[in-house]
Amino acid sequence: MTLLNPYFGEFGGMYVPQILIPALFELEKNFVAAQEDISFQKKFYDLLKNYAGRPTPLTLCNNLTQGTKTRIYLKREDLLHGGAHKTNQVLGQAMLALRMKKKEIIAETGAGQHGVATAIACALLNLKCRIYMGFKDIERQSTNVFRMQLMGAKVISVKNGSGTLKDACNEALRDWSKSYKTSYYMIGTAAGPHPYPTMVREFQRMIGTETKKQILEKENRLPDSIIACIGGGSNAIGIFSDFMDDKVNLIGVEPAGQGIHTGKHGAPLKHGRTGIYFGMKSYLMQDKEGQIKESWSISAGLDFPSVGPEHAWLSSINRAQYVSITDEEAINAFLILCKKEGIIPALESSHALAYALKLMKKNPYKEQLFVVNLSGRGDKDIFTVNNILEKKEKYNESISRNV
Amino acid sequence: MNRYPEMFKRLSLLKEGCFVPFVILGDPSLEISIKIIEILIKNGADALEIGIPFSDPLADGPIIQKASLRALSKKNTFSEYFEILKKLRAQNTQLPIGVLIYANLIYNQGIDNFYWKCANCGLDSVLIADVPIEESKIFYETANKYKINSIFICPPDADDEFLKKISLYAQGYIYVLSRLGITGIEDKTPSLSKDFIKKIKRYNSLPLLQGFGISNAIQVKKAILSGLSGIICGSAIIDIIEKNFTQENIMFKKIKDFTRLLKISTQ
Repeated sequence: MTLLNPYFGEFGGMYVPQILIPALFELEKNFVAAQEDISFQKKFYDLLKNYAGRPTPLTLCNNLTQGTKTRIYLKREDLLHGGAHKTNQVLGQAMLALRMKKKEIIAETGAGQHGVATAIACALLNLKCRIYMGFKDIERQSTNVFRMQLMGAKVISVKNGSGTLKDACNEALRDWSKSYKTSYYMIGTAAGPHPYPTMVREFQRMIGTETKKQILEKENRLPDSIIACIGGGSNAIGIFSDFMDDKVNLIGVEPAGQGIHTGKHGAPLKHGRTGIYFGMKSYLMQDKEGQIKESWSISAGLDFPSVGPEHAWLSSINRAQYVSITDEEAINAFLILCKKEGIIPALESSHALAYALKLMKKNPYKEQLFVVNLSGRGDKDIFTVNNILEKKEKYNESISRNV
Repeated sequence: MNRYPEMFKRLSLLKEGCFVPFVILGDPSLEISIKIIEILIKNGADALEIGIPFSDPLADGPIIQKASLRALSKKNTFSEYFEILKKLRAQNTQLPIGVLIYANLIYNQGIDNFYWKCANCGLDSVLIADVPIEESKIFYETANKYKINSIFICPPDADDEFLKKISLYAQGYIYVLSRLGITGIEDKTPSLSKDFIKKIKRYNSLPLLQGFGISNAIQVKKAILSGLSGIICGSAIIDIIEKNFTQENIMFKKIKDFTRLLKISTQ
């Protein structure tokens, strides 16, 4: 029996091979005990404050909204050590691993952000770590691979299947089912089998708690909407969690990739079906036979064919609203934020910003107050964006020549 | 209809162990896969465990993963799989046939619909690789409705509490893992201790089959001697398919020889 409810409505659960069940029970037991342990919480808080740099600021965008009555605040997770919200929860999980006396960490990574965060936490807390990464992602994200290696992590190339995040996830679970007695599996998002979705949310909850305090100080009221991007959904669930019972719109933005109609997207919440994959029941991108499809997004961090089960539930009960933004819209938002506010956002977070800007343009004279979770910084994405801009330029040149 | 008790009774009278080969349906193609299954039956399979290919088989090692992808690349449909299973049943009325499948494939076609089809094909059992006992309720109840046995897995480090639990649910046989981890070939697969096997038997009377890592005659003999009813062998057979599928006749011959060898080892 689990100590906590493994389900969010009909979503969630523990759909793993039987051998992993004891490992999940052990993890849950330790997580519950750590949540009640004041010294654990104190140490976690201390690391967040003095190592990672919390609280992160809430920044008002004055230039971006000029000529409108919209006010947009950015929750600046991009300023966190490591460059994204990921650092929060890996510190929590690494402390949990120590508490469980596990000296080895297993992790999976897509773009490398969770891998880098894991490597950071492991270096700091003197844990050995191995990180599974699809061979295609290793090629695409060589600087992140180097970062992980600099901090002492072993990056293992996954050649099975499509060689991307979903295969890295499978491979990490395979490793764990062999080695769980000595190793700890550090999942990178609020997805996977129970207790991960709950645990990762709790280790990201401070994003929402801080935001609430900060917006009340600055505006003396709650925002109309909170907007966050959704891959697995950890930054979104982190910032949503403190506003669940408030009269605030919670908006999650999935990647529409090259357009929902092309099938090249990563939007299972609105355009997938319920299924069972990666240890959980949730929305999935799958073909009519039930085989898992590959997702697509310009932003590697959103490129995942499923989504955390709590989001699936929030969508099913209409507590949160889920929308999608294409690669192109995200890149435009990326460029605008660079130019207008001097902030280079991650392409992931650019999806959330793009939707805020869309709402702003739709109703320029409506007084509205938005908080966008700027989940990460975009230094990692500048080459991707550059490639796209160059391609566009060439395309425009060839058009103008033909005209 | 369930054929496991009959089969185990017959083997125990003969004082033989049970040999269950496992292959992925449609690997490397539907036609060849059917021929392979026929060879397995003709050369000593006491029961069959048939894998339905899935895109993300996370309980399986590289050999079975690749087999699944080979099968999926042919884009066969579920109705085709079920048709083959139905024919197989018609040709082998006494042979226990089970399928191994991942949860999403069942969920996707509707749990009730899936088990109805299984019953319609005359299948004896279903093992869901990513559904532990803790999540099995709806699958289990539906399987019971259609008189399909639910097969459960017993880890090699199971404690008394788990053994008690599995004894309440297990049907057909218990799939005892040789070791932790995923499927694959290993020469050094440790044999299960006699004490552990005795302990499982204290809680239930179902036959025990050992699986994971079994690839040679010595392992099979050891398993039978240690008190198990038999073995399940998948990756080692599929490895022959992977290495030889471009030369069918050689592949067929190798599978035949290997099957015979393992069956003889159970005697």
